[in-house]
Amino acid sequence: MNQDGFFALTDRLNASLSGSEVLFCTLNGEASDFVRLNRNRIRQAGHVQSSELGVMLTDGSRQVEGHCVLSGEMKTDLAQVRQVLARLRERLVEMPPDPYLHYATTASASSRFVGAQLPAAAELLATLIAAADGLDVVGIWASGDLSTGLASSLGHRHWHQSHSFNLDWSCYLETDKAVKASLAGLQWDGAALLQRLEALRHGLRIMARPARTLEPGRYRAYLAPAAVNELLHMLSWGGFDLKNHRTQQTPLLQLVRGTRQFAPQITLREEHQRGLAAGFTAEGFMKPDAVTLLAAGQFGECLVDARSGKEYGVAVNAAGDTPEALALAAGDMPEAEVLARLGTGLYVGNLWYCNWSDPNECRVTGMTRFGSYWVENGEIVCPIKVMRFDDSLFHLLGDRLEGVTCERELLLSAETYDGRSTDSALVPGLLVGGLTLAL
Amino acid sequence: MEQLTEYADRFLAQAPACDYWTLRLVAQDSDHLEVRQGIVEPSTLASSLGAMVTIVKSGGIGYAATSDLSVSGLAAAVARAIAWAQAHARLGLFDASVHPRSSTRADYHAPVLESWKALTITDKLALLRDANHALALDERIVDWSAWLTRQRSAHLLLTSDGGRIAQVFESVQPGLVAVANAGSQTQRRHGGGADWAQQGGLERLAAVHFVDDAPRVAEEALALLTAPECPTATRDLLLLPSQMVLQIHESIGHPLELDRILGDERNYAGTSFVTPGMFGRYRYGSELLDVTFDPTVPGELVSMVADDVGTPARREYLIRRGILERPLGGALSQARAGLPGTAATRASSWNRPPIDRMGNINLEPGEGSLADLIARVERGVLMDTNRSWSIDDSRNKFQFGCEWGRLIEDGELRGVVRNPGYRGISAEFWRSLDGVGGPETLEIRGVTNCGKGEPNQAVSVGHASPPCLFRDVAVFGGGA
Repeated sequence: MNQDGFFALTDRLNASLSGSEVLFCTLNGEASDFVRLNRNRIRQAGHVQSSELGVMLTDGSRQVEGHCVLSGEMKTDLAQVRQVLARLRERLVEMPPDPYLHYATTASASSRFVGAQLPAAAELLATLIAAADGLDVVGIWASGDLSTGLASSLGHRHWHQSHSFNLDWSCYLETDKAVKASLAGLQWDGAALLQRLEALRHGLRIMARPARTLEPGRYRAYLAPAAVNELLHMLSWGGFDLKNHRTQQTPLLQLVRGTRQFAPQITLREEHQRGLAAGFTAEGFMKPDAVTLLAAGQFGECLVDARSGKEYGVAVNAAGDTPEALALAAGDMPEAEVLARLGTGLYVGNLWYCNWSDPNECRVTGMTRFGSYWVENGEIVCPIKVMRFDDSLFHLLGDRLEGVTCERELLLSAETYDGRSTDSALVPGLLVGGLTLAL
Repeated sequence: MEQLTEYADRFLAQAPACDYWTLRLVAQDSDHLEVRQGIVEPSTLASSLGAMVTIVKSGGIGYAATSDLSVSGLAAAVARAIAWAQAHARLGLFDASVHPRSSTRADYHAPVLESWKALTITDKLALLRDANHALALDERIVDWSAWLTRQRSAHLLLTSDGGRIAQVFESVQPGLVAVANAGSQTQRRHGGGADWAQQGGLERLAAVHFVDDAPRVAEEALALLTAPECPTATRDLLLLPSQMVLQIHESIGHPLELDRILGDERNYAGTSFVTPGMFGRYRYGSELLDVTFDPTVPGELVSMVADDVGTPARREYLIRRGILERPLGGALSQARAGLPGTAATRASSWNRPPIDRMGNINLEPGEGSLADLIARVERGVLMDTNRSWSIDDSRNKFQFGCEWGRLIEDGELRGVVRNPGYRGISAEFWRSLDGVGGPETLEIRGVTNCGKGEPNQAVSVGHASPPCLFRDVAVFGGGA
């Protein structure tokens, strides 16, 4: 569904409201090509076209929410959404007043289109397969339009549309021996593809060496940006949202209370302005350009969505309870010096399947995965067998942090559970004096 | 189902010319009610309706999913699926002529004893408020919540070979959580059915003792605040069914998925330590380990008559007396691998293609009561309710954490321990299985958020298990 279709539909719905009813409608649409690769051939390919409408109907201080899928055909959609509204009105009278109902009462509008037309996905896949001849490529290509809309009976009219691609892929040598790459953005760059392939071929040459099996223990380690991003994902899981702070559930509780600290090099911001996500919330609030979550190792501000903002009396600064556009501040360690500064230890290309081991201590467990190597005297020696780490972020981002790279990598999320994600992160690499391996 | 049949007829009137096609229509509805800290959260009514067309043509296969079920919308989906089938024919991993065909005609409806409508919204909210009241029993309970979620999913699969499979799945999932805090220690405890999902209706409320469970949940959250940490040691480990669900899921279910073994999932969900040559000979666990794929258990989450490509579902042994017998893989993966499998090709919704999935993966009961198992432990730890899960990409090195732990000493349950966790290696862990509870201890549960696939999809999976005893496991507690 396009912008005109969405606003035409919501105008009709708004015209049908009665009394003190207020209606907020959001649209999440995608027209995506998804192509899975295995052994550098197409495993499964197809197209998904979907438009999901979210509605929040309020009357006074009562509210109820609904979701349905739209066809894109006005008459059909109008009839369907009217049925949904009828059900919501029946429900609304049974709901008590909601003290935390919260939406922007001042109308606002915005419109943003990013990205350019891409070559046909099948054509690009043929190019990739030809260029990667001889490699065992496995992964997913996702491309196409993403659109987010907001319209309310109070006059909000927002539209955010992007046309993008995300190739999330890896190359295998054998069993666990693999290197990973990503190539994502708004415009196709054939030269970048060839660069990535050359880097993968280089990585596979190292992977061909016999792998080293490590004993559990503590090792010096360099965490590449993709690995750091996994740790930031963990912090994002309950670390920053206001409700988790006010109910003492945040894994950063000790940081907030001042009994633990991160290193002064750790400054983390939610940079809405840089990100790919829409700049408005479902309740009509505009996101600020940035929110400083951690400042020089100390806790900064929480992310505050509309409901928590009302409950705790704090201004709204986010659409939900997790970051969408994280940026960890760059440091002063040139990437070219990483191996020399590491000396002997681990080069961790990726971490995977992280989870809280003890959230009260900000302790995380997870696995090393793609492109992880043993380094001796500043030289990569060989790949390592996958290892489990179990360590506190108060150590890794705190007393054991030795360096942060000057260079940062922009990582676009390849997640597609609820449609193609627009989350992104701008992340440097980290040198740590000790990473505890448990198994 | 009538509505889906109408759309199916619309498609049949313009069925494509190709070697084989399927049309999979899915209509999903959900209703969520929640009361947190005595305040009713926004109620959410959601529905989703769409179709996926799959086309096999000239050695290629492609799919297209759409929420536009008009004549033109379905025709556009067919055109897109044909285009991808043509690309697959040129660049595909396999010749799509091996894709399974189905002419199965069958129906299934999940057993529902008490309709969702048997209680009014007002009555349901009153239940949730009662539960809230019972949870808030101490000022150290800093957050608490009670919820009810109802889901209904109607599936209609048509094939060009005359197949027609209509299935309706329904579930009502209640849940409770209490969060307790003292100083820098925060502990959560879930209950009231939060990790006990089954097919069915409102009868599930009584089955999981929904409101009655609230005081226990809150009291146990409080007890954890002052409990000692679980010891870090090698101990015997007694896992209750709520944690066995995760253990089975992560270190038996996923490693046996045939698409992992074939390498399809290596970029995301991972591969498997299991290789094709292991089937029929590999000792996966002790003689006590019997594991089945069983879509026939009444009320289990993935009880069904057929999977999403039309393969009739039937009970199969995956592991018998500890020996690995059969992978979890649908008909396409079976054809690609030259191995037997299960009716396990499933999709999360109309907008995701079917892939190899677990269905109901059950650990068959042994003998004896929970007390009998406890009596056999000299020094051990009992763990209940998963709270943390992590395992490597070949599903071998795992680490799990639980909400609740009790020490076992000299055959008797002792004090509570907090932050209980354990780690091990799948290939070794199951061989340390030394006790499996009897049929009276079996609990039918499952998980509702199993993520996998590219594009990603999350599905429900059923797991039934009795409590199980493992010898000499590395256990640990919290701390920096």
